[in-house]
Amino acid sequence: MSATTADQARARARNKSGSLRRQHQWALWGSYTALSAFVIMFLTPPFYMLMTSLKTSAEISAEKGNPWIVQSPTINNFVELITSPSFQRYFFNSAWVTTLVVIISMSIAILAAFSLSRMGFKGSQAIATGVFLTYLVPPSLLFIPLFQIVGWLNLLDNTWVLVLLFPTLAVPFCTWIMIGYFGSIPKELDEAALIDGASYMQILFQIFIPVALPGIIAATIFAFTVGWGAFLYPLAFLYKGEQLVLTVGIVSELIRGDVFAWGKIMAACVIGALPPILIYTFLMDYYIAGLTAGATKG
Amino acid sequence: MADGSGVTIGSGQPVAAPRRVGSLRKLSRRRSATAILLCVPLIAIIFGLKLYPTLYGIYLSMLNRKMTEFVGLDNFTFLLGRNTFQMVLFQSCMFAVSAVIFKAVLGFILAHLMHNIRGRYERVWRGLLLVPWVIPLSLSTLSWWWLLDPSYSAFNWTLEWLGFEKISFLGEAWNARFVVILVNTWFGAPFFMIMYLAALKSVPDQLYEAASIDGANAWQKLIYVTLPMMRNIIAITMLYSLIVTFADFDIVRILTNGGPQDTTHLFATYAFTIGIQSGNIPRGAAVSLFMLPILATFAFFILRGVNRRTKEIN
Repeated sequence: MSATTADQARARARNKSGSLRRQHQWALWGSYTALSAFVIMFLTPPFYMLMTSLKTSAEISAEKGNPWIVQSPTINNFVELITSPSFQRYFFNSAWVTTLVVIISMSIAILAAFSLSRMGFKGSQAIATGVFLTYLVPPSLLFIPLFQIVGWLNLLDNTWVLVLLFPTLAVPFCTWIMIGYFGSIPKELDEAALIDGASYMQILFQIFIPVALPGIIAATIFAFTVGWGAFLYPLAFLYKGEQLVLTVGIVSELIRGDVFAWGKIMAACVIGALPPILIYTFLMDYYIAGLTAGATKG
Repeated sequence: MADGSGVTIGSGQPVAAPRRVGSLRKLSRRRSATAILLCVPLIAIIFGLKLYPTLYGIYLSMLNRKMTEFVGLDNFTFLLGRNTFQMVLFQSCMFAVSAVIFKAVLGFILAHLMHNIRGRYERVWRGLLLVPWVIPLSLSTLSWWWLLDPSYSAFNWTLEWLGFEKISFLGEAWNARFVVILVNTWFGAPFFMIMYLAALKSVPDQLYEAASIDGANAWQKLIYVTLPMMRNIIAITMLYSLIVTFADFDIVRILTNGGPQDTTHLFATYAFTIGIQSGNIPRGAAVSLFMLPILATFAFFILRGVNRRTKEIN
């Protein structure tokens, strides 16, 4: 199509711009309305979580009145949880497990991604495919054989088992993100460094890591999400109170028999959801950029 | 891309002088030694904690309950003959397929709405819509449980307030089946939204302009411009999500624990009940292994899609 035809068409469109703009306004308001409806739907469970966490047990068990709104707000549930030694224990366990998992997963992923994306050796293609194929065996397929293996290693009912196993959930995807970011660094950059006599490690630490920092942030957030929120492995391999992490601790310790301290459970959920929400609030853009790096190319 | 086809440092250098061939070869040998060394932890994880447990699981599934005798495929044939397991098979497939379709449709609608508002407070809207995806699933499922609680459920209160009858959300098979799909959709739709939104943004505006000039209406633009441009990302996202959804554990475990009468069990939760709770490890392993051929089929299509896409890009 020639440029002049397009220009004429645009000029013609401009004549109609009054009605077009009105049409556009309608579309805009329609979108806002629909989005608001979806936001309300999506936020119903977290909202109810927050409301319940502010209720007293008496208010919950009275089963009277509008359950959506708290009638006599209290922060007792939070105070009780924060001062409870077992809850502190779960939170602390989750925190150190997640920290270690992030460090281990990122170290493995960065080194492997550097090697796979830049140093290419015989079989690197096969390894890259193998990383992808690990999605074939999700944790729900592995937990039973792992139960036996963990038993041999004497790690059953020991929080350290998560430090061993969580990287298997995080590393494949982190490596995948890092390969993408490293691959986008122009190779002239490291060739120049190589000519100047830099070693591979210098290239990695002084060029690749600083340049690919957004990708590293994205992959770190992913590893954090896995370490903080995973449920199946801790449920299958941990039993004793002092070894539990937050997700399993809340589900199995706060729910005893038929007695549900819903106010306290919901308060615990709010506390557990807070760290991820805080991290996503500040670093969401990096994460989304890392996640959708492939989508924008297609 | 995850195909490892990155550029290789130093491999592009022409062989400078015959005299230096030896040292170059040495250099390249040292390079590949370092390269393999850097991959060792990754390889160790893949082999030690993914491949080995998978193979060991296959071996386990062919033992008897006490793990003393080799029984071949008995566990598999036993399971296939059981009514409960046939239900698990049906429920897993229905759960995964319908949840993924719902997520994809909802994500597509949300992405379009986000695209329509063109960046006005986009971060705020996106942030609000991403909340379900950010909260750890096991914790948000607890709040769903409390929302659907039979005695004092907020949903039932609202229904009664509006003049409808109470609904037993988790007590009846089809209600419970619908609810677990609903919760999974709620959790996963935001992921589809951000993937599709990124894909939408990458469709060049000129294509829409050209379509407008040719007289296409909004619907035709969607069918003939947007969908073909997004075909690959739609396929890859859906297939990836199928794998994750198929392997889902948290929602069913917490919300219904398989009930009522085992109607909502998925492979993962049923394997947990049989293998860990009832202590029949071989049979539990057999249950979860039924996922493997199904997931392998999905993965085959993803891999083919990814490879084709990579070729198109290069």
